[in-house]
Amino acid sequence: MPRNTFEIQLATLKKQMLDLGLEVGRTINDGVDALKTRDRVMAEAIIQHDDDINRTRYEIEERCYTLMATQQPLASDLREIMSILLITIELERIADHAKNLAEIVIFMGNEPLLKPLIDIPRMAEVAQDMLSRALDAFAKTNVEEAESAANTDDVIDELYKQVFRELMTFIIEDPRTVTRALNLLFAAHNLERIGDCITNIAERVVYAATGKLEELNVQRPLG
Amino acid sequence: MVTNQAVVATKPRERLKVFTRALEANEKQDAQQTMPPKMQVKDLNFYYAAFRALADINLDFPQNRITAIIGPSGCGKSTLLRTLNRMGDLVPKTRVEGAVLLDSKNIYAPDEDVVDVRRRVGMVFQRPNPFPKSIYDNITFGPKLLGINHRRELDEIVERSLKRAALWDEVKDKLHESALALSGGQQQRLCIARAIAVEPEVVLMDEPASALDPIATFKIEELMRQLRDEFTIVIVTHNMQQAARVSDFTVFMNMNEQRAGHVVEFSPTQDIFTTPKQKEAEDYITGRFG
Repeated sequence: MPRNTFEIQLATLKKQMLDLGLEVGRTINDGVDALKTRDRVMAEAIIQHDDDINRTRYEIEERCYTLMATQQPLASDLREIMSILLITIELERIADHAKNLAEIVIFMGNEPLLKPLIDIPRMAEVAQDMLSRALDAFAKTNVEEAESAANTDDVIDELYKQVFRELMTFIIEDPRTVTRALNLLFAAHNLERIGDCITNIAERVVYAATGKLEELNVQRPLG
Repeated sequence: MVTNQAVVATKPRERLKVFTRALEANEKQDAQQTMPPKMQVKDLNFYYAAFRALADINLDFPQNRITAIIGPSGCGKSTLLRTLNRMGDLVPKTRVEGAVLLDSKNIYAPDEDVVDVRRRVGMVFQRPNPFPKSIYDNITFGPKLLGINHRRELDEIVERSLKRAALWDEVKDKLHESALALSGGQQQRLCIARAIAVEPEVVLMDEPASALDPIATFKIEELMRQLRDEFTIVIVTHNMQQAARVSDFTVFMNMNEQRAGHVVEFSPTQDIFTTPKQKEAEDYITGRFG
């Protein structure tokens, strides 16, 4: 291979991004666990860990710029590096949404949950699976898998609508529940946004593989 | 009476939006606008004695566009460029099959005047090669051969050519000094001025910036973008970033098993450098060739 050094740099970059993806996936899980168990120590740890994720994101970003400036990547290399850069930004945003879950735990203090959590953990589970499939699709340059991951966002959206309707009935029946209902709604909303971020990731996978810039799983208005 | 909506549309922000949209549309249209082919290569084969250097080349070079030819060493890029103004005729034991059309007329037709072909299709070479004469005499050399002898007319040609080559301001006070005293970049722009002094329609450039430093290179590239409005330009370059920067279309050539050069892909430049269609082109562009 005439470009061994570049190949190694690109492979390292790719691995670093995929590792970040795994870590962000775990953070989604931790965020919902902290919410379920009302574990404030865990919530604090998640908030602190977000700094590490941000740092890694900047490291990856800087590596992308360096590779572009020094190696002048073209064609599939260019698409791959641009996709790594944009996926990393989405991953960092997902981690921010997971951090928001932890912040809700802190904000809620000792106030009891309005209702046992059923759909919210389910949303987190689906999001995690979706993320791991999108990243797997990137690692394998698999367009079908990316599209299938993006389509799973519908499941998250449906669960969100369900949570929304359910919490609304609580509020209507007893307006004093509004704060507690909104806390849960905010948690569900963050998970819904995570689904959208993963759809964006899947779009970058398709771009890296084919050069096509297109929206996957075009959203219908929620409600 | 002015309606509410019209008032809204004339707000500065709205106007800016409309203007930006129009600009974007214009730019896109300019890049994609299909121009008629100025030159066409039809089933071209080129032989150095028994060796076939070019095999079955078919290409269109759009008018007022810059087409870059890229490919590994020895794939026939320069040979192809030289067939476009019959420079290959000058090499003994060469033979051409097929046709090269300039405005739909075969330049290899028996009744075609090769001197006229080379006037209409000018050439700039890899190393700046000014004549060991004054700047003025370099520019007027071609026009004089064509029979222009009036001093005023020649003065006008010199000024116009040097201005078009973005060299006038730098040399206007020393037109009668030796061209060899100019820097490499200036010499190359002088060669471009000399090439366009005879009002060609097509300008061929064979690695025109490979012997120049980055600043002189950018000047040549900027000049090419300006000349594109008046001429059809074909450039051979080893520098892929240069092809990406200056050209509208890119031809990727490679050698077949018999080492004959052939065209692998011809695409709009932005496509070939982001999503090449052929794997061979992808491998070359990303540096994974061979």
